[in-house]
Amino acid sequence: MLQDKIQDVFNEPGCATNQAKSAKEKKKGCTKSLKPGAAAGGCAYDGAMIVLQPIADAAHLVHGPIACLGNSWDNRGSKSSGSQLYRTGFTTDLSELDVIGGGEKKLYRAIKEIVQQYDPPAVFVYQTCVPAMTGDDIAAVCKFAAQKLGKPVIPVDAPGFVGSKNLGNKLAGEALLDHVIGTVEPDYTTPTDVCIIGEYNLAGELWLVKPLLDEIGIRLLSCISGDGRYQEVAQAHRARVTMMVCSQALVNVGRKMEERYGIPYFEGSFYGVSDMSDTLRTMTRMLVERGADKGLIDRAEGVIAREESRVWRRLEPYKPRFDGKRVLLFTGGVKSWSMVSALEGAGLTILGTSTKKSTKEDKERIKKMKGEEFHQWDDLKPRDIYKMLVDNQADIMMSGGRSQFISLKAKVPWLDINQERHHAYAGYDGIVNLCEEIDKTLSNPIWRQVRQPAPWESGPSSTLLAAE
Amino acid sequence: MSHIQRFPSAAKAASTNPLKMSQPLGAALAYLGIDRCLPLFHGSQGCTAFGLVLLVRHFREAIPLQTTAMDQVSTILGGYDNLEQAIRTIVERNKPAMIGVATTGVTETKGEDMGGQYTLFRQRNPEMADTALVFASTPDFAGGFEDGFAAAVTAIVERLVEPSPVRIPAQVNVLAGSHLSPGDVEELRDIIEGFGLSPIFLPDLSLSMAGRQPTDFTATSLGGVTVEQIRAMGASAATIVVGEHMRIAGNALELKTDVPSHFFSRLTGLEATDKLIRLLMELSGKPSPARLRRQREALVDAMLDGHFFYSRKRIAVALEPDLLYAVTGFLADMGAEVVAAVSPTQSPVLERLKAATIMVGDHSDVETLARDADLIVSNSHGRQGAARIGVPLHRMGLPMFDRLGAGLRVQVGYRGTRELLCDIGNLFLAREMDHESHDHGESHGCGGGSCGCNAV
Repeated sequence: MLQDKIQDVFNEPGCATNQAKSAKEKKKGCTKSLKPGAAAGGCAYDGAMIVLQPIADAAHLVHGPIACLGNSWDNRGSKSSGSQLYRTGFTTDLSELDVIGGGEKKLYRAIKEIVQQYDPPAVFVYQTCVPAMTGDDIAAVCKFAAQKLGKPVIPVDAPGFVGSKNLGNKLAGEALLDHVIGTVEPDYTTPTDVCIIGEYNLAGELWLVKPLLDEIGIRLLSCISGDGRYQEVAQAHRARVTMMVCSQALVNVGRKMEERYGIPYFEGSFYGVSDMSDTLRTMTRMLVERGADKGLIDRAEGVIAREESRVWRRLEPYKPRFDGKRVLLFTGGVKSWSMVSALEGAGLTILGTSTKKSTKEDKERIKKMKGEEFHQWDDLKPRDIYKMLVDNQADIMMSGGRSQFISLKAKVPWLDINQERHHAYAGYDGIVNLCEEIDKTLSNPIWRQVRQPAPWESGPSSTLLAAE
Repeated sequence: MSHIQRFPSAAKAASTNPLKMSQPLGAALAYLGIDRCLPLFHGSQGCTAFGLVLLVRHFREAIPLQTTAMDQVSTILGGYDNLEQAIRTIVERNKPAMIGVATTGVTETKGEDMGGQYTLFRQRNPEMADTALVFASTPDFAGGFEDGFAAAVTAIVERLVEPSPVRIPAQVNVLAGSHLSPGDVEELRDIIEGFGLSPIFLPDLSLSMAGRQPTDFTATSLGGVTVEQIRAMGASAATIVVGEHMRIAGNALELKTDVPSHFFSRLTGLEATDKLIRLLMELSGKPSPARLRRQREALVDAMLDGHFFYSRKRIAVALEPDLLYAVTGFLADMGAEVVAAVSPTQSPVLERLKAATIMVGDHSDVETLARDADLIVSNSHGRQGAARIGVPLHRMGLPMFDRLGAGLRVQVGYRGTRELLCDIGNLFLAREMDHESHDHGESHGCGGGSCGCNAV
């Protein structure tokens, strides 16, 4: 069953890379086989959690030994404007006896306890490697529990060892398609209802975008899953248009929603001024095509014109400060080209970007934008990056938290642009935040100090006493 | 782990806001205290990724950690091929002095024969004989962080330490448990060297996890006790064993080398430190350095000044067993009342705890037990519960991801005890001063404006 799902996900026709493959290659899937001893990154369960955990009012229960939740809970920056239940870590904490005797009864009891104590609108149950090996049938337990307790209990069958984080994203999407989306009808619908997929409200980013949608008159019916509520996600099938933010991760959800409910989708990004404007334009155009009032387009253009002139005015002071500053960009997929245009708009020079997680399309896009000379690194080792930084080939590195020490240990400024970051960079205000953060770190006085040689490293001092 | 099950565990099926972390994570931390070591998890890549992120967040350091990247097929058919390929790749790419392997739930459920795989690997790869290789059995579904740390240290002792025909009188071993921070190890080094002795710490996190500035980027641990030093532990005059969970490793070391071991359940507190100093005086035949005498006076003075604020304070503590023992013991020494001691796992040390309620549980149990406490002492994961019930939280242990310098905190010896005494005492002091100025009966959870409120 799980194998069928995985094959189905690998067959995704909505994915351009997949389209270009032969039947045999398709079967192998999109995850590169991992090299033991030289692999990095999260597992499928991790990916599933990333997608679903931002549904804030639901309980998220991990069925597995302590490692899966105990080592990882409370470590993501997805924000909620209401319920905080999603931040509570629930696990069945399987022991030796559960491994031997099976954990299904314990899982049922755990679901029951959570429902009785917290009364959430739904419980998501995550399968992990060990119970998958011992054969705990979480789908059956969830079905039984849902009947007994009268609540949706959703099995998320993405044990870690089936593949990468990306595959886990997709399997979580499948769980939503199978068990959640389409199960609740909204009280009312409007011609401007949209669903945003793949936006997790990290550091509250969605809140920089939503006021603009409100102003234009677009109703965010459902967000999968940033600042999400179970009922809203379950109503996603009544959206008029779907936007996919992190396209690679949840392309299956967008495409299948089109297939099942006839909702057209588009890929967009909230990063960077021009991408943000493009997104608003595409969204309104598609809504109008589906019957929304034509005035929507004018209102969107009004907002875009105002916000763009405002943002360029606000970015102006940074330009002389950023003149000649070189950025090394290390991020995956859609963010690479999106960030490149955003940063150049503010006057920074981008030396190159990693394209390890980017699709062919992404790479072509960058090439078109930047020309052949622009560096696109596919597989740069940490040591090489460190060397580049030590050799003063860049003024700042921007990457995810895991590679921060490459930069910091080379005593070169670094900025987090990944999921653990504390600042919101989406939308027009977000790009100003980003420039402010870059400026703050570039102009910090520590850089000169920390590069000073220690007293015992410098040559003999010419003055007798080193005191000031 | 077949620990005694004397203390009640929570009767819930759903562990809520877990206090427990997994065994392999503890093993990884122990391995990180070995110079040029690369810890390797034998399991799915996610096991490694989660452990790595947690340690990065705590230490704010690059954490070398690799995986055998088991998938479904290798999990069913057996993981030896992945293990061999991983070790070979690591040796070729990173040339570590040691690879420390920790099994996970995935490989332990299958029941991989690690002893057999070690022998097979050595037979098939004679050219890699120079790389030390240590395997520890650390299933995720049994025990916890501390047990994994202990398993790795024991495995290192059993694999690497050699008996010695000679004794180096000034050399002492220290088996440093997971409750000692890199800062604690550094403090102990200072104390022991003050007596003219040269200590070998196993593991030595003070050399690898204390904010190093490398001259090149390495994929292995940067500093720590060297494999050669570990091999030479058999020539030491004595072994100082710190923490109940180090006892098995201590026994293994003594059995193997005949080096007599001296056990310390804790090194936080006046009398606990006195005991250590007495031993060091005896081992070295030297008087205590003047610096330590001054530090002891300062601690005694701090106890006199600070006891007012500790007396009968109601405190809930939730930490790994040996740290739990050290902290509850210290608090009891100061006249505070430990209303609840919550441990993530069973451990023999729990029998010696002084607390009104002792249980094996999670942060949600702390939330219930600490409702009318004056303070909670726990790791950063305690923050949500503490905020909900409005009780201030003093952060100790691991992970501590919302404070700087988590790895360098010192809470052992006279100086470390004094620092801990002042840190916690100041929370109480601030609250009392605050109440006087506001003349207000109701207490506010932040401990006197520390949350930025007006503290009414």
